[in-house]
Amino acid sequence: MTAPGQEKLVISGLHAAVDGQEILKGVDLEIGRGEIHALMGPNGSGKSTLGYCIMGHPSYEVTAGSIELVEADGTRHDLLAMEPDQRARAGVFLAFQRPMSIPGVRLADFLRHAVTNVRNPDRKEGQELMPMRDFRSELKAKMADLSIDTEFARRYVNDGFSGGEMKRAEILQLAMLRPKFAILDETDSGLDADAVRLASQSIARIGGAEMGILIITHHEQLLEHNIPLRTHVMLGGRIVESGGPELAAELHKRGYERIRAAYPEAAAAERSLQDAATSNAPHPVTA
Amino acid sequence: MTTPATPAAPATPAAPALPAAFDRVSFDRLLADQHAGRAAPAWVIDQRRAAFDRLESLSLPDRRDENWMRTDIRLFKPKAWGPRHAPRSDAMVPTGLLAECLAGGRSTGDSFFDDGAQAAGGSTPLAGRLLSLDGHVLHEELDPALAARGVLFGSADRLLADHADLFQRHWFSVIDSRCDWFAALHAAFHSASTVLYVPPGVKIDEPLHVLSGLGEGGVDTAHVLVVLGDGAEATVLTETAGGGGSGSTTGSGFHCGGTEIVVGRNAFLRMVNLQNWSMGVWHFARQKAVIHEQGRLQWTLGALGSRLSQVAQDVALVGRGASAQVNGVMFTEGRQQLVYNTLQHHEAAGCRSDLLYKGGLQDRSRLVWRGMIKVDKAAQKTDGYQRNDNLMLSREARADSIPGLEIEADDVRCTHGATSGRVDEEQIFYAQARGLSADEAARLVVAGFFQQVFDRITILPVREALARAIGSRIRRLS
Repeated sequence: MTAPGQEKLVISGLHAAVDGQEILKGVDLEIGRGEIHALMGPNGSGKSTLGYCIMGHPSYEVTAGSIELVEADGTRHDLLAMEPDQRARAGVFLAFQRPMSIPGVRLADFLRHAVTNVRNPDRKEGQELMPMRDFRSELKAKMADLSIDTEFARRYVNDGFSGGEMKRAEILQLAMLRPKFAILDETDSGLDADAVRLASQSIARIGGAEMGILIITHHEQLLEHNIPLRTHVMLGGRIVESGGPELAAELHKRGYERIRAAYPEAAAAERSLQDAATSNAPHPVTA
Repeated sequence: MTTPATPAAPATPAAPALPAAFDRVSFDRLLADQHAGRAAPAWVIDQRRAAFDRLESLSLPDRRDENWMRTDIRLFKPKAWGPRHAPRSDAMVPTGLLAECLAGGRSTGDSFFDDGAQAAGGSTPLAGRLLSLDGHVLHEELDPALAARGVLFGSADRLLADHADLFQRHWFSVIDSRCDWFAALHAAFHSASTVLYVPPGVKIDEPLHVLSGLGEGGVDTAHVLVVLGDGAEATVLTETAGGGGSGSTTGSGFHCGGTEIVVGRNAFLRMVNLQNWSMGVWHFARQKAVIHEQGRLQWTLGALGSRLSQVAQDVALVGRGASAQVNGVMFTEGRQQLVYNTLQHHEAAGCRSDLLYKGGLQDRSRLVWRGMIKVDKAAQKTDGYQRNDNLMLSREARADSIPGLEIEADDVRCTHGATSGRVDEEQIFYAQARGLSADEAARLVVAGFFQQVFDRITILPVREALARAIGSRIRRLS
């Protein structure tokens, strides 16, 4: 799919479980740097789980398959063998659907740690942070670019943020960290139409030839300024169909009935996952 | 039959001197020393005698006393402790937490929002300082310009005799020295004590620093009395450091102290007590502030050390419109046990008190906070608040928060709250996803937890010293 000599994120035959419940049932996906891919699918189909597995969430157990970063010269790096922070330092980024708040820690301080580590992957805790002068001017410029008020950096990470503010903070972090590969998990959810348009434009400005982006979304508005090279549909823990931008438009307009009819096995897996989720009500399965 | 030759016995009795205890012998020697040196005034001697009589009538507090029911002092052996000889002149004085910030050296201009405006070096000059070791004053000094304006600061032995008019009515009249064995012991045997008097209207910009050190197995009974005249302002930083490690089962240091604070009308005091004894030290302290009309007190306790602490911290708002902000920063580990009994006593109308204690606990340590807001009938329009938040860094640690209200007035606003939580794994994962290692993330989350109380402490070196000390103690989460 991707051109030879291109750096890529390669997911093969990925199976993953949470609390012993298998959610991903063999996912294959390749994203090259500079490409935009869209991942759509009904709630509970495993989209967020895929994002968490790529980033290394400890609650998600990968039971089979691989996730690798492949350099232009063919050198392969096994992401599954890395801690989440090593993955971030290797150039992988996840924009959270529901980012965690860290009260008492200013966004600016948090980002300075993050930027320093990601740019100096071998940095050990306690070693020098990026010089404040450089960090400050860079952050201010990025905030201006994204029309975010500088005062925002003074606030505690996601603490008391509105849904829209959280998503803007995630986009700001994406802009500062400039990963090789970014997974944007419903960066449009909870936003009004204007905010989605702004987010879409912002992502387009940040992305470009340097970044491979996987956009997880239910809607096509976020894709307005980020035309996907490929659109993938997930159902019952597998990618069942891939296509061009027209597929995103179809799914947005008509829903998933055609998909469910076309892939009865995956549709059955979806139902059994939903049943398991309801019977395990005290332990909600985030998929 | 032969007898092995033995060296001739020395002429003087060879029996090894028993370590001094806090008994009649030690007390008489203390009084003799006081008379021999610069003669202590009769009122000071009388106060000591009354306290010693009281001490002899008391036994150690036990768990039937509600102030002590959560404090385990079964391993505390009172006879193991007594007054200590003066340390050798070359004795090492332990370094306090604040030393680095006060001596300069570390830059503090590293904030995103200050545009590098802060002075490089970060050195905080001092208005005065007093240094003691094992209950003996080693060094004292005061900015001569302040002395010229009538400020008195330094060793109580030196200043009480000449200034009875200023100190006598406050000396051991603010705290209750009859309430238990430790309070009475302190009142009878206090030494290396410090007094500060700031005349009305005099504002001291730089902090005054008092460091009480302990050597291995040392004893400290220092008393601190701070008196601010009407409209005066000052910042007082007291800290404790040293003592032996936690190897000894009976303890390797003993502190039995007291602090009395009098804030005059419209006066403003920033008071800081940092307790950073090493892990073998027993720490018992009774601390109380009295705040007069429109007076203000910002009082910060930081506690990181000791094997066991029992601290009473009382604030009495006795004049209309007085206010007190009380900040507590505690971090415990190992098998440390820290117990705090706090009282916010509103005796006059229109006063405000706001207490925030925050604790971080790791290993099998234990933290107890028992707080009371007491509002007298006359104290209408009281605004009282107390809150205790604890962050548990291990499953074996235990924290108890026991807030209490006792209100006799009918037009008041008094609220309290307490939380206890753990570091959230999702927070750690989120930070890891941004490139922070799990340990770095945990330290950041814990630092954030304490930030809310640091934001209230307006003394930068204190904030920095506490943040750094806590940061260095956080180990991998368990």
